[in-house]
Amino acid sequence: MKDDERDAGSEEGLDRRGLLKCMTWGGTGLIWSLSAGLPSAMLVDQALGATAVKPFTFMQVSDSHIGFMKPANPDARVTLREAIAKINALPQKPDFIIHTGDISQLSKPEEFDDADQIIREAGLPVFYVPGEHDMLDDENGKLYLSRYGKNTKGTGWFSFDHAGVHFVGLVNVANLKGGGMGSFGPDQLVWLKQDLAGRPASTPIVIFAHIPLWTISQEWGWGTDDAGEALTYLARFGSVTVLNGHIHQIMQKVEGRITFHTANSTAFPQPAPGTAPSPGPVKVPEDKLRTLLGVTRVDFVRGDKPLAILDTPLSA
Amino acid sequence: MSRVICTRRRVSPLRALALATVLAGGSASVVGVAVPAWAAEPAAVGPTVKIDNFTFGPAALTIKVGTTVTWVNGDDIPHTVVSVDHTTFKSKVLDTDQSYTFTFTKAGEYPYFCSLHPHMTGKVVVQN
Repeated sequence: MKDDERDAGSEEGLDRRGLLKCMTWGGTGLIWSLSAGLPSAMLVDQALGATAVKPFTFMQVSDSHIGFMKPANPDARVTLREAIAKINALPQKPDFIIHTGDISQLSKPEEFDDADQIIREAGLPVFYVPGEHDMLDDENGKLYLSRYGKNTKGTGWFSFDHAGVHFVGLVNVANLKGGGMGSFGPDQLVWLKQDLAGRPASTPIVIFAHIPLWTISQEWGWGTDDAGEALTYLARFGSVTVLNGHIHQIMQKVEGRITFHTANSTAFPQPAPGTAPSPGPVKVPEDKLRTLLGVTRVDFVRGDKPLAILDTPLSA
Repeated sequence: MSRVICTRRRVSPLRALALATVLAGGSASVVGVAVPAWAAEPAAVGPTVKIDNFTFGPAALTIKVGTTVTWVNGDDIPHTVVSVDHTTFKSKVLDTDQSYTFTFTKAGEYPYFCSLHPHMTGKVVVQN
């Protein structure tokens, strides 16, 4: 087993190697095409008219902020539980969940406990990366690492393979510098370069991290200072999907073969850049809150359909 | 601990001093000593920097040596107050309405930021 096959973040006791075994399809080649600006993968044998390969789905949950009890949402536990119920109601069970950070509001053990208890209701493996709210213990994220960082590197980065797709969880919320935005830091970039180096350009890549990798608002710090370097390592791949949180709203951008997407929070909405004096929580009427919170589903469909990212509000 | 703080009017000076020492543990430095906000309340002589809308106000503050500065978080989101060198002063996370105080005992310029939202920056200029 290579070091990219780990059980990072999963506390479900599910055997991910077993899962991988079930899901693995033969390492056949892929044909890449762009459909409606989004990359789609096609197996060579499928392109030749052979049998289709079973698609798979995973979920993105983000910014659950357990412990948040302010006017914008009096109890973030309630809405996280609704989000998990959405996942449980899906007709097709997703293979796993990625959580893109800000699990907690203040990194308190009881907040992590509550989050774990609620997320466990999905009964799925979960892969976590931290948000800045998860690094607030006295030792700058040691508590997060002790709970979610098993078999990760540095401040919690890791990678794994699933059904032919290479997933990379990155940390851009640690050791931030005054005046800057999110940052990976040199150690993580060295690791990322090595992690991607040996992989064929046909491997679909999914990158997930808390703060967006493209600069949405410099003024609000909504970007990652050294993301440009990371993107140079990704440029040669045929399909790269970048999933982020942090900004509590859906935004998507396609740049070449890289699709950037940010997810809704399950806790509270934040304003669009430039529409408010600060990026703080937005208080909306009670009946509107659940239209602005939600989860994201990502479908890998092998065939001539684009890789699909579908955001579902809690109100749906 | 929170129970003790809530009933601090009945806490003897000796007890309060001991508690302050525990809370400030590890925060002492050559430049000044971090003291929990409530313990510094009786003095309350120095200026206050208010954190509102992800901004330190005033962003630049000029004070005399020996002045205690208090930062108060007015946002619904937690913030921190950390000197750019990460060592001179460093608050714990400040939730809504929580505060942090630091006494500047040496002249100089002290740029600082919020370690959660590093685009938030401020500066304290300490003069003799």
